[in-house]
Amino acid sequence: MSTTNAQAKGAQPILFAPIGLRASLRRIVALVKRYMYLLRSSGVRLVELIYWPFLQMLTWGFLQKYLAGTTSPLAQAAGVLIGSVLLWDILFRSKIGFSTTFIEEMWSRNLGNLLISPLRPYELVAALSLWSVIRLSVSMVPVAFAAYLFFGFNLLDLGLPLVAFFAVLVLTSWSLGLISAGVILRYGLGAEELAWSLAFLLLPICCVYYPVSVLPEWLRPVALALPPTHVFEGMRSILLRHTFDAKDLWWALGLNVVYLVAGYVTFSRFLASARVNGTLLRLGE
Amino acid sequence: MDERVSNLGQQGGAGAARPDAGAPDACVPASVRDLTKTYGAMTAVDHISFTLIQGTTVALLGGNGAGKTTTIAMLLGLVMPSSGEVRVFGADVSRNRGAVAQRLNFQSPYVDLPARLSVKQNLTVYAGLYGIANVAERIAYIAEHLQIEPLLDHPTGKLSAGQKTRVGLAKALLNAPELLLLDEPTASLDPDTADWIRRKLKEYAETRGATLLLASHNMAEVERLADRVILLHQGRIIEDETPSALIATYGRGTLEEVFLDVVRGRAKPEGAARSATRKAS
Repeated sequence: MSTTNAQAKGAQPILFAPIGLRASLRRIVALVKRYMYLLRSSGVRLVELIYWPFLQMLTWGFLQKYLAGTTSPLAQAAGVLIGSVLLWDILFRSKIGFSTTFIEEMWSRNLGNLLISPLRPYELVAALSLWSVIRLSVSMVPVAFAAYLFFGFNLLDLGLPLVAFFAVLVLTSWSLGLISAGVILRYGLGAEELAWSLAFLLLPICCVYYPVSVLPEWLRPVALALPPTHVFEGMRSILLRHTFDAKDLWWALGLNVVYLVAGYVTFSRFLASARVNGTLLRLGE
Repeated sequence: MDERVSNLGQQGGAGAARPDAGAPDACVPASVRDLTKTYGAMTAVDHISFTLIQGTTVALLGGNGAGKTTTIAMLLGLVMPSSGEVRVFGADVSRNRGAVAQRLNFQSPYVDLPARLSVKQNLTVYAGLYGIANVAERIAYIAEHLQIEPLLDHPTGKLSAGQKTRVGLAKALLNAPELLLLDEPTASLDPDTADWIRRKLKEYAETRGATLLLASHNMAEVERLADRVILLHQGRIIEDETPSALIATYGRGTLEEVFLDVVRGRAKPEGAARSATRKAS
């Protein structure tokens, strides 16, 4: 067998130690690289990332424009609807990014390979989380820019709170993504619908397009227990009254920690349960 | 600090990362004790025990539902035992799989690599997951060795069954595992490709001194590759012998005839009990 010098050097693998922070980071990067390859392999996937949020933004932007000329001063307030839709899309797209990337592993019957590799479950979660933010950036940055071009709405006008809004929404999306992924692991692709629909469960309650005061009294505590509600209330406060109460956002971030822990515990429990029930042997079916 | 650890020069490389290295059976590739797996009322694996000796190739043989795949899945940590113990290189797989995952690998035609990624991309990702430092050289070597160089830039999903098997094997050999688990490695391959794969597996086991555990329905494959056969029936170990001893014990001409005797519940010929008694002792 004739081998080149480079090939001869590969006759034996040189292995990094598999434990420790650097080993974890290497595995997370390897997995993110896998998602990057996947996105690069299909132009349609790339376009699809921008297509839906762009359509949403256009629709709500035109509605905002129409309302501005016909109804009350409140509805005329510049950018409330576009702002709502952009922030909602941060939550929704980040959640979808997390969930579909996970489901992709099941569709491609690759999860078994991943789960027997040195990759730890928390590294899989970290890679999915990191990738959801990268996907979100690819998706939302051009759309936010288009909102400015078409309707003069500048998301950056929200100022520094925008960073906190972004953090709250993304953290919530990870909690939801973890719950969906856990359920799908345990119950298989039959539960796939959950990946798409779970975020919509929040839509009416977390008051994306209207204030909490619109909800019936008994539902308000539920709404306030959801971190995104504070983001949408905060955004309206900035755009309509030019005031912002940071206390609310700290509360939302605190809630997020609770949800994130609950999400990870749910994911871990379902993964353990899938190991007990043998579901991992039937992945992709 | 350079944290790279050259693996293949010494057995059990990546030694810095072996928390169970001090365990009494840290050098034993795998040991299974009184292992049972039940799904509700159904018992998939029923109180089995065996130990894999380093450098040997062991075949798990049995009909459909005999418990072969479940046993391998428990060794890989994909399925939790209902009772009993699974140790790989001394580590309890149920609790500490991460400590030894780099030292083993798995190939099965029933687990795929992402179809849209090219072969090279898939191997690069898995090289990262297995902590390989010399990625380019290692992929080049494996590709040359398994004759997949012309396929490296092809999408994995567009390969033929034989090509996919070779690529799956490339992924499984990337980290030069000391313990390689295989679930029907030549299923649905033409005889020529299947023969080629067996030759490569044998070559790998011999040059690496690796331990192979394969589940197979293919008796010719088992006879050719295995030093030892563990015959499973309804989740239990019926026989644990060398292929030739098994054939002799049953007074048959081939392993296939022995297999048929077992799955069809035919009684062992006189003298067979001696073998079972010897094993039990």
